[in-house]
Amino acid sequence: MSFTLGILSIQGDVAENLISTKAAISELGFDGKVIDVKTPDEISQLDGLIIPGGESTTIGELSLVNGSLKVLKEKIDNGMPVLGICAGMIMLAKTANDKVVGKTDQPLLDILDIKLERNSFGRQRQSFETDISLDSINIPKFNGVFIRAPSVSDVGSDVEVLSKFNGKIVAVKKGNVIGTSFHPELTEDISLHKYFVNLVNSFKN
Amino acid sequence: MLPLSGERLDAKGIVSEKENSIDVLRGSSTLKRGFAHMLKNGVIMDVTTVEQAQIAEEAGAVSVMVLDKLPSEVRKAGGVARTASIRIIEDIMDSVTIPVMAKCRIGHVHEALVLKETDVDMIDESEVLTPADELRHIWKWDFTTPFVNGARSLAEALRRIEEGAAMIRTKGEPGTGNVAEAITHIKKVNDGLRTIKGIYDSGDNQELVRIAREFKVSYDIVEQTAKLGRLPVVNFAAGGIATPADAAYLMSLGCDGIFVGSGIFNADDAKERARAIVLATTFWNESDKVKEAQKMIDERQSMVGLDINTLELRMQDRGGSA
Repeated sequence: MSFTLGILSIQGDVAENLISTKAAISELGFDGKVIDVKTPDEISQLDGLIIPGGESTTIGELSLVNGSLKVLKEKIDNGMPVLGICAGMIMLAKTANDKVVGKTDQPLLDILDIKLERNSFGRQRQSFETDISLDSINIPKFNGVFIRAPSVSDVGSDVEVLSKFNGKIVAVKKGNVIGTSFHPELTEDISLHKYFVNLVNSFKN
Repeated sequence: MLPLSGERLDAKGIVSEKENSIDVLRGSSTLKRGFAHMLKNGVIMDVTTVEQAQIAEEAGAVSVMVLDKLPSEVRKAGGVARTASIRIIEDIMDSVTIPVMAKCRIGHVHEALVLKETDVDMIDESEVLTPADELRHIWKWDFTTPFVNGARSLAEALRRIEEGAAMIRTKGEPGTGNVAEAITHIKKVNDGLRTIKGIYDSGDNQELVRIAREFKVSYDIVEQTAKLGRLPVVNFAAGGIATPADAAYLMSLGCDGIFVGSGIFNADDAKERARAIVLATTFWNESDKVKEAQKMIDERQSMVGLDINTLELRMQDRGGSA
């Protein structure tokens, strides 16, 4: 059956995710489409969702205002696959702390039991690219693009660690929910998007 | 996937180093342009104090720009406008979680170096401050920190991108509360893009060469931009935006996001206005939501606007011919 995958387009780098996801769907030869979504109505039609990179405080506040946050939470709790990238991973967390400012009082989805630190690697000048590996999902080498990235310092018992960099957790998975500190949509390599599209296809069928 | 047209791989600002024996790369075009992409569909607000920065963050701004004075106050004060106090920039960096930007004077390499050392997330080489060099902008490829520059036309935008800008904004006319110039500038950039795309599609390379010479940029950047059909970096609207409807209109013209300078903290309803402009930027294509946002503000509290034709100082002309 054909599936619809959405990119949450409240704020952030939506277009890059559309391109990477389109490429992934076409390479896998699936019968599926990808669209940008903003309203609760649009979100309720989805079989999978990517929350893109951006500013988590902005995405959280505005998805709360238009009622999207509630629908998102229901859909994800009911098993819809979701990939949260950078700000998107922050959105999926239970609570968030900023490295400098401390605990933040921002709207979150409370899906992943993880201890999350925002701006964990420093400010923009310290942003970096490096090779990482996600062996457990068969991606041995991936160009990790970390932009003012968050990291995870501890995970609950039901959360799997997919990747680490310098002792810090940078990718996690719990069932159909994936969170990454880095930006797979900013590289040519679409293997992580392909992995996620596969999850969405299996969920739908 | 990110457009990297015009990137320089040999730039001094790109640093390869080891972190606990693991290779890391900093300052690449992917990281600098990628940072700007994370701000898309967002509002960046000019602030002068910690309190204003916190109001901006709570309102949903994606970033704040720290200045010593708001552009409208710079206009009134006259004299030389320089980069903001480092102590205030640092205080703001310690009190908000969103990225913090600051302005340096056009061509002032060492103000930019000071801002780099301060660790601001992006440097705005800005015509709001008094230019330090009328003929040369900063060679931004030397920096690991990304830069944003103003532009009034496609030619100016491409000149700045060739110097290493990771983001472009319209110049508009800062500190006026008058959105007319920002509208003119984005339309001029869009017209330019349509023109070169048409020429590229028709296969007339000789005409693209002529345009590159007229623009004072390389043939390569013109060809790659023409092929792309858009700027290879994000393009925000700036200069004179004062209301939610202003923001929504500029988003509808294809801007990737909005800078608001004096429009918020010069108004008497700053808190509501900050929130309203964010809402109108996010939901610009839902006119009922833009109306709700516009209803949150009171026109009688808006900053008093200035007519462009009677201005003594046109900030947009600064550094424009270089």
